[in-house]
Amino acid sequence: MTEAVHEAPAAPPRRRINLGAVAPFLALGLICVLGAAANSRFLSLDNLTNVLARSTFIATIAVGQTLVITGGGLDLSVGAMAAFVAGLEILFLNSGLIENATLLILAAMALSLAVGALCGLFNGVTSTLGKIEPFIVTLGTMGIFRSLLTWLAQGGSITIRNNDIRAAYRQVYFGDLFGVPYPVLVILGVAIVGAFILYRTAYGRHVRAVGSNEDVARYSGINVARVRTITYVLQGLCVALAVIVYVPRLSSASAATGLGWELMAITAVVVGGTRLKGGVGRVWGTIAGALILEVIGNIMLLSNVVSEYLIGAVQGAIIIIAMLAQRGLSRNR
Amino acid sequence: MPEPSEPNEPQPVSNRPSAPLGPSQSVLEAVGLSRSFGPIEVLSDVSIDVRAGEVHAIIGENGAGKSTLMKILSGHLQPTRGLLKLDGAPVELKGPVDAERRGIVLVHQEIMLAPDLTIAENMFLGREARRGLTVDDREMNRRASEAMRVFGVDAPVTLPVERLSIAQRQLAQIARALTVSHRVVIFDEPTASLTPVETTALLRLIRELKAKGVAILYISHRLEEVKAVADIVTVLRDGKKVTTRPAADLDPVDMARLMVGRDLLALYPPRSSAPTGAPALEVAHFGAEGFAEDASFTVRPGEILGFSGLVGAGRTELFEALFGLRRGGGEIRLDGRPQQWPDARAGMLAGAVYLTEDRKSKGLLLEENLGTNLTLAALDQFQRGPVVDRAKEARALDAAIQRFDIRVGDKSLLAGQMSGGNQQKLLLAKMMQLNPRVVVIDEPTRGIDIGAKQQIYRFIAAMAGEGRSVIVISSEMAELIGVCHRIIVMRNGRIAGEVAGEAMTEHAIVVLATGVDAKVGDARV
Repeated sequence: MTEAVHEAPAAPPRRRINLGAVAPFLALGLICVLGAAANSRFLSLDNLTNVLARSTFIATIAVGQTLVITGGGLDLSVGAMAAFVAGLEILFLNSGLIENATLLILAAMALSLAVGALCGLFNGVTSTLGKIEPFIVTLGTMGIFRSLLTWLAQGGSITIRNNDIRAAYRQVYFGDLFGVPYPVLVILGVAIVGAFILYRTAYGRHVRAVGSNEDVARYSGINVARVRTITYVLQGLCVALAVIVYVPRLSSASAATGLGWELMAITAVVVGGTRLKGGVGRVWGTIAGALILEVIGNIMLLSNVVSEYLIGAVQGAIIIIAMLAQRGLSRNR
Repeated sequence: MPEPSEPNEPQPVSNRPSAPLGPSQSVLEAVGLSRSFGPIEVLSDVSIDVRAGEVHAIIGENGAGKSTLMKILSGHLQPTRGLLKLDGAPVELKGPVDAERRGIVLVHQEIMLAPDLTIAENMFLGREARRGLTVDDREMNRRASEAMRVFGVDAPVTLPVERLSIAQRQLAQIARALTVSHRVVIFDEPTASLTPVETTALLRLIRELKAKGVAILYISHRLEEVKAVADIVTVLRDGKKVTTRPAADLDPVDMARLMVGRDLLALYPPRSSAPTGAPALEVAHFGAEGFAEDASFTVRPGEILGFSGLVGAGRTELFEALFGLRRGGGEIRLDGRPQQWPDARAGMLAGAVYLTEDRKSKGLLLEENLGTNLTLAALDQFQRGPVVDRAKEARALDAAIQRFDIRVGDKSLLAGQMSGGNQQKLLLAKMMQLNPRVVVIDEPTRGIDIGAKQQIYRFIAAMAGEGRSVIVISSEMAELIGVCHRIIVMRNGRIAGEVAGEAMTEHAIVVLATGVDAKVGDARV
């Protein structure tokens, strides 16, 4: 309808490869090479399977955290929530309400998911409708959930009492499907579903929009409170899923269950390239981040170069290095 | 009006101090500046000479290289080739701080103030007045009040910047820049968000600076303003200097032609006759908490209704409240049916959309690509089940690029990488995905170049031609008069009156907007 007035200047050449998205995988590969060099046992199938299975809890929770953080939120309560959900699940298993062991375990899993979702809903509704910083809300619920578990366990631990049920449930952590351990399938499944939600669905795009710029989302007619609340519910479901895989491993929950998981999950998310202030989420990066944390711990156990008591320090250093690397990458844009 | 015969031909203009441009001393001189980003040269071989006591305007379309030139002159960027001379001696500006130390101050186009700090705190940020170990708030508040009073802003300087309107923030930012000792002041689109009264105050201030012998570089899209304030005009096009001439030899039409490189069509499209049908939108006794009250108006299908008024008159707030974006209430009827719009979605479902004045922070996701932005408000139309139908989105983007003439070389560009004009077109396209019957556009041409402006006016006319009701909120009276059938003027949160047809004159609007029957024409030619 109008004549061309002036050609816009050509776009700056785009980078072909998004280095920020690839970096966590490169780092993971590099660490694995170092691990193999440090100890030949590192590459054994047993060890790798063990590392993958152990990373399930953090990886699963961190995928939920990826959604929450991408939407501009934060959930510090995930570790305490895991302990609380685990305690309730074991109490339900001990109640023996259902005769059939398989059905009882399935019902316990369903209960865990329901409790996790409700815990997440509480976090979400309190922070969005109550207009309170998610940091504060989840700091509060972190205390509440952990204290509830301590109270339920009367300061001790809650353990699966029935040996048949314990044996049947053990399969969920130690069993496999065509040679692939269930926990590995859980990681894969959660990552695929998480990535699908975030990258393919309209909801996922709303999450990114809300985290990127809340005002733009609001002016575009997006219900910001609902979108955010759902991220917390999804986070709750992820925590419950992690618990479902975690409980059969030790068959017990105590005040020490899930201690520090929130920090590991957030570390995995940030190391994976998700932006802490929201808007950019990388589900597969998060998986890489969770694996990096677990692999480093594993290598430190296998080699004698650094004391394994320093695992926490090394993980702390990783998050700082990852942030510096991200900063460096975004500067080069 | 006298038109130069070959406007396209770059004319060699000597920048030596001996050139007959004036007797004053050269302060800042650029010789053959070039700057490349990667393989693309955005500025090539530009020379200008800024003299003491002279206002030197730089004009050009978006992408012409104005911002790059300004950044080099203020030390934010280093030139790839060429050199700068300060007082005739070659100088290398190591950064903005170095430039400021040498007396070169840039007043940024974008507002860069800490929203939680007060006006006074912002104004002295990084160079606080001290008394012993503590900051001397009383002294800073006093000096800040003084600086703000120059602009006629009566907000207390102890108010957090967050509570100021965009125009007030802009003025605070200018005041802040001028608290540094300065010999060269560079204004980058300083009036983009100002109303005529504030613009007048700013132009008066610029004349005062000039009288004190300060050298001033002035960048603006508002060519009348350039004509009113500048002594010398340099025109850039495609990164090259087209010409440097005394402002007295150019009128706004010549300037526009030199910028664009060919004749412009008429700026405003032909106006259709005023529609007479039943109103589409009726608003009665509507208020926005703390900003506007008791506003009643109607708009007909096919009608373009303007909203004018000074900054702080409550225009934007009224419409934000109408669309549930801030607190407020009143009666809304659409085609006679009562409406309740608690959030933007409700208005959209009813067929009414609001395009924010604040494209960058409320309109578009600057770090997302064009497709994501285009479909964000209407994503349910682009879904197959829960999944976004990317193919359909890509088709919609192609259609929007075509229809709204969005000029991007690369469709995978991020919204924040586009020029203001293209962003405005994208925002327009985004809201038109909803196929609304009532469109409210707030400041449709703020900060965009004249070519894009002309197009936006045609889009607005076309929307009305399709039978939509269009409401245009603008601080530029000329554009309201150019495109609207009717203009409502607000003052202090209330509707002060309405003008239509032949009665739509800047004078009539200013009288209603200020409540004073006096000429404020200082800003105009």
